[in-house]
Amino acid sequence: MVEGLIGKKLGMTQIFQKDGDSVPVTLIQAGPCTVVQKKSKDKDGYNCLQLGFIEERPLRHPNKPAEGHFRKSEIPPVRMLREFAHEGNEEVKEGDQFFVDVFKEGEKVKITGTSKGKGFAGVIKRWGFRGGKKSHGSMFHRRPGSIGASAYPSRVTKGKKMPGQMGNAKVTVKNLTVIQIDKEKNLLVVKGATPGAKGGYLLIKKARFAVPAANDSTKE
Amino acid sequence: MNQVENVEENYLKKDIEDFNIGDNVKVHVVIREGEKERIQIFKGDVIKKRGAGLGATFTVRKISFGIGVERIFPLHSQMIKKIEVVRKGKVRQAKLYYLRELKGKAARIKEKRT
Repeated sequence: MVEGLIGKKLGMTQIFQKDGDSVPVTLIQAGPCTVVQKKSKDKDGYNCLQLGFIEERPLRHPNKPAEGHFRKSEIPPVRMLREFAHEGNEEVKEGDQFFVDVFKEGEKVKITGTSKGKGFAGVIKRWGFRGGKKSHGSMFHRRPGSIGASAYPSRVTKGKKMPGQMGNAKVTVKNLTVIQIDKEKNLLVVKGATPGAKGGYLLIKKARFAVPAANDSTKE
Repeated sequence: MNQVENVEENYLKKDIEDFNIGDNVKVHVVIREGEKERIQIFKGDVIKKRGAGLGATFTVRKISFGIGVERIFPLHSQMIKKIEVVRKGKVRQAKLYYLRELKGKAARIKEKRT
């Protein structure tokens, strides 16, 4: 088996559990994913499976390198390709398909995606600085203030929190619980939020180490 | 129907009695005390309904020992066994926040006769 899948965020809602608790959930269209290429230690230096995410809208005009790549494994071209670690000893062929049932209900997963872009943001939005007074003659509103001392050290410390691009970056959320899977609809329901907007691609992997949450109210 | 609505469909209650803003209702709420479960009734006027799908809620206001009490219930929660309409109300607003300012006789809602 493979340890993860490629998915697409469909949106969020809430679900009532048997004991009456309401749980915020994210719906993900997870898979089906085809094995496009199987890399091996001997040939490529490491073991992995390259999965392609099959979508309703196919990739109609692949460029030439992609065309060749897909022709080799005789798989219709897809938009999204990602590699997943694999032991290499199991019998998985190119062209094999994986579905949501890779995951089990109640299992922990980690999900990687691209966060929503906020553009060039100031220090208040980006880092939560407090800012100055709005009135009473204050001339210091949303500015960052001093960024360090003078002659010594004569430079700004590395990693100083400053304005800049916020969001549109790779973000991973660990330790999300799988609430429900639906193989027919390729649907994965996880507790909590995932990075990015609706329609964004997500990588869903099994949590290697389940981090014990301080207050996890999810019940089976 | 989009995929989100598809999932919500399985959790929606189908047998909710129709009630409106201004109605006097009895809400049957499950109270859990340790292992035991019992049903408590919260009776009051519906002053607000909001949301669609699974996230829909409604607010019930009552006067308890002279103090106004409002409870917000998720419409589709399993902890709500039943919503009973005692009396239909005739109101002009969709949100009856003005009741918070009023008390006694002034805070009554006219009955809707059909």
